[in-house]
Parts: sequence; structure tokens; C-alpha cells
Amino acid sequence: MSLLATSIPATAAYVVLPYAALAIGITGLIWRRRTDQFGWTARSTELLEGKILRFASVIFHVGVLMAIGGHVLGILIPQSWTEAVGISDEAYHILAVFGGVSAGIAVLIGFIALMYRRFSNPRVRVTTTDMDLVIFALLAVGIVTGLAATFINIPDTVHYRESVAPYFRQIFIFQPDPSLMTDDGVATIFQVHVIAVWFLYAAWPFSRLVHAFTVPVSYPFRSPIIYRPRNPRAAGAKAKRYGGGKPDYQPSIPATNPGDTDGN
Amino acid sequence: MKIRAQMGMVMNLDKCIGCHTCSVTCKNVWTNRRGTEYVWFNNVETKPGRGFPVDYEDQSKWNGGWKLDRRGRLKLKAGGPLHKLANIFSNPDLPELDDYYDPWTYDYDKLISSPSSDHQPVARPKSQVTGQDLDITWGPNWEDDLAGSVENAAFDPNFKQIQEEVKQGFEETFMVYLPRICEHCINPSCVASCPSGAMYKREEDGIVLVDQDACRSWRFCVSGCPYKKVYFNWHTGKAEKCNFCFPRIEAGMPTICSETCVGRLRHLGVVLIDTDRVEAAASVKDEQDLLDAQLDLMLDPDDPEVREQARRDGIPDDWLDAASNSPVYAMAKKWKIALPLHPEYRTLPMVWYVPPLSPMESVGKALIRDGDDDDAENIFAAIDEMRIPMEYLASILAAGDVAPVRASLERLVAMRRYMRDINLGNEVRPEIASEAGMEPHELEAMYRMVAIADYDDRYVIPKRHGEVSGDAFVEQGSCGIDFANGAPVPGVGDMTGVNAPDPFAAGVFGAARDGHAPENGALAVEEPDPDFDVRDLLSRHGGESDVEGKRGENA
Repeated sequence: MSLLATSIPATAAYVVLPYAALAIGITGLIWRRRTDQFGWTARSTELLEGKILRFASVIFHVGVLMAIGGHVLGILIPQSWTEAVGISDEAYHILAVFGGVSAGIAVLIGFIALMYRRFSNPRVRVTTTDMDLVIFALLAVGIVTGLAATFINIPDTVHYRESVAPYFRQIFIFQPDPSLMTDDGVATIFQVHVIAVWFLYAAWPFSRLVHAFTVPVSYPFRSPIIYRPRNPRAAGAKAKRYGGGKPDYQPSIPATNPGDTDGN
Repeated sequence: MKIRAQMGMVMNLDKCIGCHTCSVTCKNVWTNRRGTEYVWFNNVETKPGRGFPVDYEDQSKWNGGWKLDRRGRLKLKAGGPLHKLANIFSNPDLPELDDYYDPWTYDYDKLISSPSSDHQPVARPKSQVTGQDLDITWGPNWEDDLAGSVENAAFDPNFKQIQEEVKQGFEETFMVYLPRICEHCINPSCVASCPSGAMYKREEDGIVLVDQDACRSWRFCVSGCPYKKVYFNWHTGKAEKCNFCFPRIEAGMPTICSETCVGRLRHLGVVLIDTDRVEAAASVKDEQDLLDAQLDLMLDPDDPEVREQARRDGIPDDWLDAASNSPVYAMAKKWKIALPLHPEYRTLPMVWYVPPLSPMESVGKALIRDGDDDDAENIFAAIDEMRIPMEYLASILAAGDVAPVRASLERLVAMRRYMRDINLGNEVRPEIASEAGMEPHELEAMYRMVAIADYDDRYVIPKRHGEVSGDAFVEQGSCGIDFANGAPVPGVGDMTGVNAPDPFAAGVFGAARDGHAPENGALAVEEPDPDFDVRDLLSRHGGESDVEGKRGENA
């Protein structure tokens, strides 16, 4: 089906919106990274309240990581691949429902607890910005619709691996077919979930969510003690634009300290 | 051998009067901003006491600093990188605001703006975080001069290692002021705890800093520092810490806490450190050997070989001369009268302390007074009867080892007795010096350093070098804080509201402008009067025409 044959609302929701969101999201991330290293932070409030955070933050984040993994498995990886490695459709569905429901409930419980904490604790409340509120609203819609979609699909009526998933992959080869999303088989809640999350991606770079892109994965591999010159440029080290730079800055002269096992 | 210069500080506790001038000037310079109201880069504690934040010395609670694992290797006490990544969503060792205190101000405006009534208006305390009313239950200096010590002092972890008899003698109350800043450790556990690599030691002077652009709010530095001298700015979501007033140090000026110290008890100088041996020094098996291991890292700046190697490692000549004249090197290594704060944390701290000899009067016996204790044997006997138990000082300054504390106190006593004879015109007794293991000229030099404490002797600070660290001229006028509510870079931080105006102040300001009494009370500040001219005040008695004339002249 050609693009022209689809309705204008479907084109707007499933073609224009994704590309607009990706354009804003990706250029926004690059722009923010280049101009606002200072604002690039998780803005932890653990100092102000730690007891609710202790379980709520962990449940929420672990749930989110599980959910991301589930989306990769269900949306990014084609059905033919999983079948090729011997996972039957029935086995996949059982895995998806159990994984999806447990991840979704974890995210929901964590999110509710974190929201309760944020708005009931006066200290945490004063750190809440307008952009935080926007993100919380978008997250709420994304979480509720995502979990609802998982529940609705327990009887395996929405074959999203034959509709939503191919459509999503088509976006990245610039040939999206919006009719895959408007097929009768795709429940409305799936459509709402997909649309809401595009808005979340568009807002991502301008919010505290940027911290997801600075997971300190290089930490276990660096020298424990870091030395840096007063002025890297003047010291002849690799020029580092002020305000930018890698978070895992490596010293120009190898550090000579505990755990530095390469003999420097 | 790889040599680096390291800035250090020595504080002479004998001279601290607990006036908190250092804390106040530091606060006014560095932490009078939103998000740092509770932060004291410099604070003065009364010991015995729980400290700030509460019980910070109790590492069984906070897991700060380093430890040796079963195979004798140096590890972060709170756990290594993988442990930290696993706990990144919630740091189990992080203090909460109430472990410091809820910072407050007073509703001063009520005192002058409330309507006439039968009762005096009251300025209520208001939280500087939330703006709400506050019942003050703890503060940054709650235990000043042993206030509340009946309830609190027994919690002091430094008592744990002390025998029961010392504890029981607690009725014979003693106290000592302990001013604290960041230790700028040679082996900083905060730096090793930072997942983002945002914290670092400066190659030039060893000052430990947080890169505000690289900090990602993971907050493990706060818990990783056993001295709890990395703070979390709750407004910007970034770690901040004592920066050793580096903009001043680079210009050859002492830190603001040192400059304004009323007792002139702070000494600043450079020591040369062999960085190749840092890990080995921090890994010695017995905690009580850490002091000697650290002293061993401090190289003799007058040794030609050391100077040659230091030059090869890029240390400028005037820095080597500064190291030769360093009060820190002299007091820590030459005379061994200064001791590090809690060396057992294995961070190799660089802010050291001369233990307090005062109060001189012990249980009935004078230390210095002339009398029947003239024989050299007896000179130091009274040290054992000091009011402050030496075991207590040892648990703070020497990992519980009394020997270095006693040696330091003996030398201080010897110095006083030796100089007393000189001042009184008595016969000079060189044997006093040898009894303390020193030369007479060393005691005289020590006297100049700790008693005369001339400005140029206390502060030997080499300036920053342009060819090493870049041209400082372009940074003229900057204050070291170029973020958030310091001097904002346009656009930076806008997105997450980091640079948003202080909502507390904004609400109050707006209300005051609108003529309403501020709902949450505090801090109603008037808009500046655009017509205000300070000369109007100065020439108040000069008459209207005079004011006009002056304005005309100056226009």
C-alpha cells in the first residue's frame, strides 16, 4: 500500500510523528550534549529522601531495564529470527506475557511510589521542575498503556510481531507502512502507547532522562585515582573543549595509584 | 620515582579558640548559594562529639575510605566499581539531609512588617530548602563547647578504642576544637568512588576537585569520603567540595580559611610526593604504620637527586624552593609535630594537625612552671597527666597509636621549656632539645613557626606557572564557580531547571512586590530603589544644594 493511499491522520501519527520525534530527539541529544554538560545529570534527590527511594527507585529502574529488553526482543528482533533459533510462537508468547507483566507491574509500582514520594515530601517537591512534570505525565501514559497492552494481549489476539514490530523496523529503513498500525488487528491501546512514547522520545533530550545516556560503563576499567592537569590544552594534552569532554576522562600522564595494574 | 607537588595544610590545635571565623568566611565565599545552604566546606567541631555530619567517623556505618581485603589488596570499603554500578539507583551508604541538618533562616521581615499588636512579633525559623516552618533539632555546630555532650559525646567513635578507665574519667571534662576541611588526600577514596570519573587530583598541586560538567549525580563520592567532605548540591544535583581556594592558591595567596584565621594556626605549603609508591604506602598491613608510610612518601626537597628528578617531572624551580621552605614538610616530617587526621582510612590525607598541649594544667601538676621538676627525667612526666587523654588524641590522629602523639607533645613541651630559659635570660639548656630528640636550632625554628607564626612562614605558596597551566590572565575576575547560580553560562543548565530562579525566593519576592505579606514568611527583600544614591547618605548633613553639587561634579 502506498503512502498516499493511507488517511491523513494515520500518516501524521505513524509517519510524520515518528520522524519528527526522532529528529527532535536525536538532534536534541547532540545539541544538549554539546552545550549543556552541566545540566546533563540524573539530579538525584536521595540526599533529601532515601527511605522510599531505596526500594522505589530500584524497582522502577530494574523494571524499566526489563521492559527495554522485552521491547528489543519483541519489536526489534524479527519473528523469523526467534523461530530460526527454535523458539516457537507459543513459547515466545508465554515468555513475553510473563516478562512483560512482571516488568510492567514493577515499573508501575516503582513509578507510583516515586510520584508519591516526590509530591508528598516537601523537600523533594521543591526540586521538581516544569520539565519534570511533563516527563512524569508522558511516562505515566507510556507505562499505563504499555501495561494495559500487555494484559489485553494475554490471549495472544494482537499479533504485534506481524504488525507493530515490522512497522517499527520499517521506520529505520525509511519505508514505514502506517497501514500496519491501523489494521483492525492492532488494538487501540497499542496505538496510543506507540504515539505517546514518540512524544516521550521528543521530550527526552530536554529533560532529566538524559542521564540514561551516561551510564558509567567504563568505570570498572579505569584507574581508580585520576590526575588531570590544570589546563589540558596548555599542558599539551588532547584538546578538550571547555564544558564538554568525556565523562570518563583519562589522565594525560598515566595515574600511578591503587589498582593500576599495568605497571605505570 | 615519579614526583608530584602536593599542597598541604597543618593546623595547630593548640591555638584554635573555636571562633568559627574560618567556617563563616569560607561559607560566604563558596557555599552561600541555593543547594549548598547546609554545606560547610570548612567546619569546626568540638571533640568529643559526634561531628558533622553526625557520626561521620563511624565507618562501620558509612563505609567510607579504603580497606585491605583478605589478600592484603587495597579496596574501597563500600565496594568496588561493580558493586557501585549495582547500587547506582540507590546508594545504601549516602547520608540524608537530616544527618547534616535542615538549614534554616529566620522570618526577619515579620519583626518590622507585622502590624501593631499587644505582643512582640516573633521571627520564626524557616527551612531554607522548603521555606516551611521548622523545629530546629540539630545544626552544623550543635555540640559547640560540649553542648549536649551528656547525651551525645558517648557516641563519639573515637572512644571505642579507648580503655574503660578513660571513659570513666569523663567527669573530668576535656575538649578540643577540630577545624576540618577536605583533606586533599594523596589516595582519595572519593575520586576512586566516582563512576563518571568527574573527580580528579590536579597534576600541579594535588588539589582534589569535582568537574561540574562531568558529574552525573551518582553521589558515591559523598559516601566514599570517610571525612564526609564531599557534599551534594541538592539544587544542581552535583557534588561539590572544598577546592582549597584554588583561585587564591594559584595566585600565591592562602586559602580564605587560613587567611582569616584569628588564631593564625593554619600553615600552608607544598610537599614533594613519590607517586609511584602511593599504593604500597596505603596498603601497609598495620594501620599504625600508615603514618610512617605516608611520611616516607614525602621526599626531602633539599636532596639533589630528588630535585633533579622533580625537575625532570616538570616541577618548576620556584616550586622546589617552596618545598624546601614548606611549613607542612617541616612540621610533619622534619619535626614530626603534626599528625594526619584518621590515617586508618588509608586515604593518605594532607591536612595535618599539631595535637593540643593545652590545657597545660593537669591533675594538680604544672607542665612548664618552674619548681621541683627541673631534672630532665621529669620534664615530660606531666604529659601523661594531661587533661586530654592521649589515647583520645591518638584515636583521632594516629590510628590509636599513642607513641607519635606523645613524641609530638614532648617536642612541644621541650620547645616551651627551652625558649622559656632564653626569654628569661636563664642559662640555655641544650639537653632539653636532645631529650626530645632534636637540635637546639630546630627547637628555635619550631618556635618561630608555631609561636611567632609569621605570615610568610605560615604560607609558602608558589604561584601557578603560565607555561605549565596556561595563561591565567584570561581567567582574571573569575571566581572558580562558573556554573549554576555562580556566574551562569547562558543556556547552560536551563533545560532541567538547574538555573531556574530560586522558587523559594521568587515566591517571596513576588509577594513582597505585590504588597501582600509573604505566605511562607521569610526573606522578603525590597526591590532596589533606582533613585538610590549612596552619596545621599554620606552628605546627609550637607544640605540639598551640597548633594546636587557633588552629583554635578561626578556626573
